[in-house]
Amino acid sequence: MNFDLTEERQMLQDGLRRYLRDQYTPALLSQIADSETGWSDAVWAGLAEIGVIGALFTEDQGGFGGAGFDIALVAEELGRVGATEPLIDTGLLGGGLIAALGNADQQALLEEVIAGDRQMALAHSEPGSRYDLSRVATTVTDGKLSGRKAVVVNGGAADSLIVSARSSGDVADEAGISLFIVDADAPGLTGRSYPLTGGGHAAEITLDNTPGTPLGAAGEGFQALAQAHARATLAISAEAVGLMDAIRTLTTDYLKTRKQFGQPIGKFQALQHRMADMLIEIEQARSAVINLAGHVDADALVRDTHVSATKTLVGQAARLVAEESIQLHGGIGMTQEYALAHLARRLVMVDHRFGDTLYHTERFVALAVA
Amino acid sequence: MDLHYTDAQTAFRTEVRDFLAEHLPTRLSDKVRKGQSLTKADHEEWHAILNARGWLAGNWPVEHGGTGWDAVQRHIFEDEMTKAHAPRIVPFGLAMLGPVLMAFGSEDQKSYWLPRILNGDDWWCQGYSEPGAGSDLAAVRTTAVRDGDDYIVNGQKTWTTLGQHANMIFCLVRTSNEGKRQEGISFLLIDMNSPGITVRPIVLIDGGAEVNEVFFDNVRVPAANLVGAENKGWTYAKYLLTHERTNIAGVGFASAGLEQLKRIARAEQSGGQPLIKNPLFAARIAQVQIDLMAMATTNLRVVSAAAAGQAPGAESSMLKIKGTQVRQEINALTMQAVGPYAMPYVSEALEGDNDPVGPAYAQARTRQYLNNRKLSIYGGSNEVQRSIIAKAILEL
Repeated sequence: MNFDLTEERQMLQDGLRRYLRDQYTPALLSQIADSETGWSDAVWAGLAEIGVIGALFTEDQGGFGGAGFDIALVAEELGRVGATEPLIDTGLLGGGLIAALGNADQQALLEEVIAGDRQMALAHSEPGSRYDLSRVATTVTDGKLSGRKAVVVNGGAADSLIVSARSSGDVADEAGISLFIVDADAPGLTGRSYPLTGGGHAAEITLDNTPGTPLGAAGEGFQALAQAHARATLAISAEAVGLMDAIRTLTTDYLKTRKQFGQPIGKFQALQHRMADMLIEIEQARSAVINLAGHVDADALVRDTHVSATKTLVGQAARLVAEESIQLHGGIGMTQEYALAHLARRLVMVDHRFGDTLYHTERFVALAVA
Repeated sequence: MDLHYTDAQTAFRTEVRDFLAEHLPTRLSDKVRKGQSLTKADHEEWHAILNARGWLAGNWPVEHGGTGWDAVQRHIFEDEMTKAHAPRIVPFGLAMLGPVLMAFGSEDQKSYWLPRILNGDDWWCQGYSEPGAGSDLAAVRTTAVRDGDDYIVNGQKTWTTLGQHANMIFCLVRTSNEGKRQEGISFLLIDMNSPGITVRPIVLIDGGAEVNEVFFDNVRVPAANLVGAENKGWTYAKYLLTHERTNIAGVGFASAGLEQLKRIARAEQSGGQPLIKNPLFAARIAQVQIDLMAMATTNLRVVSAAAAGQAPGAESSMLKIKGTQVRQEINALTMQAVGPYAMPYVSEALEGDNDPVGPAYAQARTRQYLNNRKLSIYGGSNEVQRSIIAKAILEL
């Protein structure tokens, strides 16, 4: 049993933490908020340069990591500053699916992804599919895709999209889902991009007889989707832990400096106890992320049991920490200008990607309780 | 013990409901239902409609142009207003300042300001909180120094709700630094158009700008605008706060929110069936509905006692805490119900957009959740309310 980082990972963490601390200034955040993509080109290039994207892939895939603990490490650091760069979308979902299923030509795209030169997005969820991974109504006829895709994060910035479509079976069947690589400027593809509450952008995408290149075997995309989703869930959960750490620090600092009734409000035992409860839940979330990081490449049953356990716990902790930190700050915690606002919004939105507490509690019941 | 309304109370409810059905403009109720922001003109339009019926000042006596309603009638009126998605009556002049003037103002102040409140001639805002005086309100530092027939005011107020619309502000100002902090505070009415006043909007976590900072730089205020006696303002401030706490439970808001939550949960599909059929989610709705049923009765217990002449005391603190917990839980469940479509950021500028991202009902649900975090912070934070309960009821 050893919970220490390896030397290589420790170096990556130190370098990444320093880099993000320097880059993620209030000025950058406001510049990002007004940008077309919702994140910074310069930071993305910097992340590629210090090897953050490469850390998501194995040596065989052209990276130098690829394990659950690599994903958790970098995602947590991004969370610590509320970074909005599309590590999950371009790296784990787009790049991850190509790494898992791509032929030799397609694998060549990974080099561009790792170098920071290609943006990607997964266009899978559809209006009304909510968090159901197997619900796909988009059709494919003679290699042409038609349908609608919902809340495609990074869809507007992506150079190419991974699109799911149903080649056989009923709308909610796991079997019969095929994946395609589609160019962003492919004929028949239209999108409407918009900002997200937690930062970054997403797009509503319509496909009308849009050509795509098959990725993997026809009708057999589900397992790879589930695996990519598991790794993305690990990343967003680790990101949430980073966000919660940052929020905890902001809040304790505020409790030490804000004075009412003649003393710092952190001296009030009622508030101390609430901070203590927050800390306990953050540490629970950190352990849950470690559990998932250690099992994210395990068999589907073990993997998904941990995915659902972790996402449930993280979702609950995220709500508690976001709400309590705003409350303990009082009015200042409600203001856009204060650093908490962006972090808290991003944290609250974690429960709306890759399944919420409700979805994952229900799935955990099916996998590990009932 | 009788849980039923009297025949007269039931008839009154019908009268209110019929009036709202006939006179509440659909344009306004649509905005309220969708959680959209109301303009100054929207508020003024609705106030004028209520004033024409004589129902604008629910907590004022008849002699001043109010309704003379008792607490149960006020409760029924507020309940029907919320169910009909009527705009909330802007409270600063009507619910807050009006009662203070009636109790402590001079005859001149009453005869001048009260009719102007009813007629919508003035839009009042509240100058209580300061950067260093939030929960600890007695720490106010904005000063008013007597100079001939005027006071000279310097300092800063914050969290001034809808101050951007206001032409008048009632302020707690420090007129003495001697003795107890509470004994050096005065209650002053200030024209927002006076030279030396600057209003700066504060953008909130949901992107909206409903609160402001107000800066006073050598602002000259006629001494005739002092309410009551100098250095007695703390008494008036506390009196005002008890009036602010009428309808503090927000039972009507919670009921309307619960109905909306259920509508959305019926429309959303999860795993091939309506979300409301999901037993885990349904159980959470049930929990909040059960809480609301009991809270509504707690509210009526306090309302009935008030109608019988007992001043609401620390009970209103219980209602504030439970009421805000229930409303915030409903907001959280509603945001959860819209699923991934909680993620798009729909700014106020886009909220009237006819081509929403995702279902129309999903718009503004996240904004509302974020914005209503304020419920447990403002009007005396829930922590302050717990301290009041501990001291005043439990005598700890």
